[in-house]
Amino acid sequence: MPKMNLSHFEAAILFALFSSVVLGVITKRTDSERLRYGVRCFAYFVAALIGLGWLMKLGHG
Amino acid sequence: MATNVKTQAAAPPARNWYGIVFLAWLVPGAGHFLLKRPGRGALLLASVAIMFLLGLMMRGAMFQPQTGDVLTTIIYCGGFLGDLASGLFYLLTVWLGYSQPDMPGHVHDYGTKFLVAAGLLNILAMVDAYEIATGEKE
Repeated sequence: MPKMNLSHFEAAILFALFSSVVLGVITKRTDSERLRYGVRCFAYFVAALIGLGWLMKLGHG
Repeated sequence: MATNVKTQAAAPPARNWYGIVFLAWLVPGAGHFLLKRPGRGALLLASVAIMFLLGLMMRGAMFQPQTGDVLTTIIYCGGFLGDLASGLFYLLTVWLGYSQPDMPGHVHDYGTKFLVAAGLLNILAMVDAYEIATGEKE
């Protein structure tokens, strides 16, 4: 099996994507609600990722 | 009369949820396929399978249960349960001899987390299958 090398950002985006899909699928009652919730979860993941990334960068000086 | 109608509506459908939850553990998404939700089952199967595969391709380590201080017990036993929750993916990987030591480096670290997270997402899928099987959810 080939070894995969991903950056922090790529790995975290993939994690966010698949987690959002599952959270969307299992949480709501209609397909449109599921889609909206999944997209919102993904947006929150990405916002937290970028926000925490900047926080760590600024914290390190 | 109204009370009778309410009681009938609240009664859960008679379904063997044990088998459905077991199959949902063994093959991610299988519970949803059995419950005639193929689209959702396919999304769950794809998400868990891809996440598990990515974890393997990043050479993530599988947890073995260890006891010691509280933190060690929680991390290693919890991690083992998370890995085990991937069902057939975990069993096949172990049977085929995958053994990756815990190594330094962010890629290995992400791989280990992806393997555990795949199992945790499958637990969410199992809970959803249970709720559908017992009629708590559509």
